[in-house]
Amino acid sequence: MKFKSIVKNGIITENPTFRLVLGTCPTIAVSTSAANGLGMGLAATFVLLGSNLVISLLRNFIPDKVRIPAFVVIIASFVTIVELLMKAFLPALNESLGIFIPLIVVNCIILARAEAFASKNGPIASAADGIFMGLGFTMSLVIISSIREILGAGTWFGAQVLGASFQPATMFAQAPGGFIVFGFYIAAANLIVGYFEKRKGAKA
Amino acid sequence: MSEILRVLIIVINAVLVENVVMSKFLGICPFLGVSKKIDTAVSMGIAVTFVLALSSVITFLIHYSILVPMGMEYMQTIVFILVIAALVQFVEMFIKKASPALYKALGIYLPLITTNCCVLGIAILNIQNGYNLFYTLLAGISGGISFTFAIVLFAGIRERLDTSDIPPALQGFPIALISAGLMSIAFLGFSGLTSGLL
Repeated sequence: MKFKSIVKNGIITENPTFRLVLGTCPTIAVSTSAANGLGMGLAATFVLLGSNLVISLLRNFIPDKVRIPAFVVIIASFVTIVELLMKAFLPALNESLGIFIPLIVVNCIILARAEAFASKNGPIASAADGIFMGLGFTMSLVIISSIREILGAGTWFGAQVLGASFQPATMFAQAPGGFIVFGFYIAAANLIVGYFEKRKGAKA
Repeated sequence: MSEILRVLIIVINAVLVENVVMSKFLGICPFLGVSKKIDTAVSMGIAVTFVLALSSVITFLIHYSILVPMGMEYMQTIVFILVIAALVQFVEMFIKKASPALYKALGIYLPLITTNCCVLGIAILNIQNGYNLFYTLLAGISGGISFTFAIVLFAGIRERLDTSDIPPALQGFPIALISAGLMSIAFLGFSGLTSGLL
């Protein structure tokens, strides 16, 4: 039962992107193509899983006063691991995500989960929370970046989808598209979640 | 070209053409979070500029005098974020003692700067671009000015949004993001302004 609520929490009720609006910088910056969005989402998921697990294991040893610096060091270690792995095995993705890989350290989602969940719960629940929060973030990134890639370049994961006659609206691949698509994405999520909540309220 | 003119062009380029928020996407969290009122936006901007200038120089010195000689460049992320966290804490203590009025004005925004990605982002970019100490300092200051410029303009827009009639689903973050998008279209108009001058 608890596991089910962790899944629902991460992907819908407390989705880091459209419910809590955390981690906005990478969401807007790397969502120019679906492949970038997926790569960034999975990198952040890995860091979330690792940092949540380790912080949860160490939660009784870290003194309360220095917990934030301690969390940051643990998170930064996992980010460095991701950075080195990506440089070695996925150089092209590393190139296109660029500076936003080291910047996962300051992605507020990760510190927020460490503080709100991993420092209070056991290792298995924390690992599950890390995975599903990460997947919730990945889902949002893939949706936003798919919209931007399809409208901005006429392709999806690099494959042509809208036909050769489509005139790409380059604005969507540039900075303004990131802000605007993200804004409408949150609005759509608000509408859908609000609709279901209302229906649930009417039933009860 | 005279050195002063060059410095001026670099600052204009950083503020208008490659604005940290509008075109580099750094520091969007505080940009959205602390832009509800113009005066808090100004305080946040000043605090960020101050920390950026200091942290750019200190991370530069640490990178070239400790990490490079020891062959530990891969520790960059961990070392930089710790340095920035410590620096922010130090600046907070210093301002508290030196100028209680300023401390009161900046309030909660000072500790928040640690997680402002434009601080770590600009520190890493300075190293990646191979700047010398002078350009590192200049990049830090002009990055801070460009953040302040964007957040103050945006706060002005948001103050007016408060009084307008917005559909319920768009209230709050969605309309803020869409306004930021429209603002960034305006900033696109500056692209090419300094091309050929740098």
